[in-house]
Amino acid sequence: MKYGVNEQGYYGDFGGAYIPEMLYPNIEELRQQYLNILHDPGFKAEFDQLLKDYVGRPSPLYHAKRYSEKYGANIFFKREDLNHTGSHKINNAIGQILLAIRLGKKRIIAETGAGQHGVATATVCALKGIECVVYMGEVDMERQAPNVARMKMLGAKVVPATSGSKTLKDATNEAMRDWINNPVDTHYIIGSVVGPYPYPEMVAQFQSIISLEAKKQLKEQTGNELPDYVMACVGGGSNAMGMFYHFLDDESVKLMAVEAAGQGVDSGHSAATTFLGKEGVLHGSRTILMQTDDGQVVEPYSISAGLDYPGIGPQHAHLYKIKRAHYVNATDDEALKAGLLCCQLEGIIPAIETAHALAYLEKMQFKKDDNVVICISGRGDKDLNTYIKYFNF
Amino acid sequence: MNRLNKLFASGKSRLLSIYFTAGYPALNTTVAIAEALEKAGVDFLEIGFPYSDPVADGPTIQHSSQKALEKGMTLARLFEELKDIRKKVNIPILLMGYVNPMVQYGVERFCKKAADVGVDGIIVPDLPMYEYEQLYAKYFAENKLSNIFLVTPQTSEERIRKIDSLSNSFIYLLSSSSITGKNLQVSNAIEDYYKRVKDMHLDNPAIIGFGITGQETFNKACEYARGAIVGSAFVKFLGTENYLERMPEFIRSIRS
Repeated sequence: MKYGVNEQGYYGDFGGAYIPEMLYPNIEELRQQYLNILHDPGFKAEFDQLLKDYVGRPSPLYHAKRYSEKYGANIFFKREDLNHTGSHKINNAIGQILLAIRLGKKRIIAETGAGQHGVATATVCALKGIECVVYMGEVDMERQAPNVARMKMLGAKVVPATSGSKTLKDATNEAMRDWINNPVDTHYIIGSVVGPYPYPEMVAQFQSIISLEAKKQLKEQTGNELPDYVMACVGGGSNAMGMFYHFLDDESVKLMAVEAAGQGVDSGHSAATTFLGKEGVLHGSRTILMQTDDGQVVEPYSISAGLDYPGIGPQHAHLYKIKRAHYVNATDDEALKAGLLCCQLEGIIPAIETAHALAYLEKMQFKKDDNVVICISGRGDKDLNTYIKYFNF
Repeated sequence: MNRLNKLFASGKSRLLSIYFTAGYPALNTTVAIAEALEKAGVDFLEIGFPYSDPVADGPTIQHSSQKALEKGMTLARLFEELKDIRKKVNIPILLMGYVNPMVQYGVERFCKKAADVGVDGIIVPDLPMYEYEQLYAKYFAENKLSNIFLVTPQTSEERIRKIDSLSNSFIYLLSSSSITGKNLQVSNAIEDYYKRVKDMHLDNPAIIGFGITGQETFNKACEYARGAIVGSAFVKFLGTENYLERMPEFIRSIRS
């Protein structure tokens, strides 16, 4: 693949494995084994079966007629919100739990922002009877309380991350520290296309089912497998990478990644990484991150816990730098309004993360016949409190 | 030969190194702490430059880093504090920190500046060997800075040999795979690992760090290595009153 990873784990200038020596054996084991495991027929059969019977794939590609009318193009929703556990995160969690079992691991750790990845991880651990510890920022535990309860019901231990901004970045730090302390028996299920190589590539592959299906479904529905636009929200960037993956080499397809602008890119309360960030190293890879001139990571802000992250995956950094994908942003206000519009026009309550992608439709200039696929990465049940507070329902 | 090489060439054993975070407990304390440590008999120093997201560190060093950053410590400021340190401190000095602040400062510039103020070596836990060799080794060499690699109980013999070939002062042997500041119980497994590395007869001496908190852990480390490093226990001590006056007492509690 033209935009794929090289042997050293780099996408252009970005990627690699910037990890302390304590994690080297774990990362090396993964690097050496993950491709063999992923290509093993037994693994593939179990992965496909679980995605079908347990997750409910393929997720529908829905022609959103009222949205299409409003925005003057053919708008299709890729319905990852209909997956078991309510978001695209389950695709990767299923893949990684099967991988962890084949690596002989007895204990799973994960970080989570909005709680969707934590819930997905707790779910697959329950499914396979494996101990599960999820690190979650203290601030996020409060704003995504329903997901904390769900993880606990599923048997996971939820550990608050109390350092820094007490959000996703800090939960990731704590998960890495846990892994350093428990290198032999534990597998770390990273939830996004971030972290040291091979994580960004592995997570992208597990999420690539989104674009694989979308291509086929679009062909069935329109006669053409290639849309004009593909759109998705980006925090670390896993749903976007899954949604882009099989379109990357089709240069006619315009890829739009929507970051969280928070209260506005210039407000000092934002998570618009490509707009505000510089090249550097975060959580094990060379990427673009929000930082001070002294190289200290800046605390991001977004109303959406899943996008409240100061970096992006290294492949996104590469696609941004070479301009294969366009990185734009939407504010808290724009996202919440777009979320409500989606409820009222299509009867779908989207996650606030997803609502950022929907919000950017307002700024697009489509031609009448344009086909647009937008990833509905998750459902909004977990965000009801935020919606209720904002709109005074 | 830098000061580190001279120290190891001297044949001296039971070496004691101390880590502390620059800017903790306050700005402009780095040189005074370094002087007091040299007077108390410490053999070499590791001065940490703080980072917002220190994933290899436990709560004690996380806390010191956060406090230092809140007080305004930066790399530029640290080099300013260190500019005359060689008028007062003669023992080898290493800088220790994470790769991102170095990358932002510019690694070439960082190495040059470090050498200018009299630093002898650098420890960057999250700088991988591949990137070091490809991108940065030349700047270390040009400035006669030793790069220190870590080894853990899980590091393979092949990799330890590779690390040995890339090192030119000492190898930092971690007592266990853990973040900093964990209390170490010396166990048979740890002794077996110390012995396994000792029996490899590496070119570079080993210094043991992480979990060295007192005489027992220090003495055990010295049975197998040239010395040991105390970090979190000392940073904790810096959070107490009159630490400069009580420095000799602290050092005696480790190596008597």
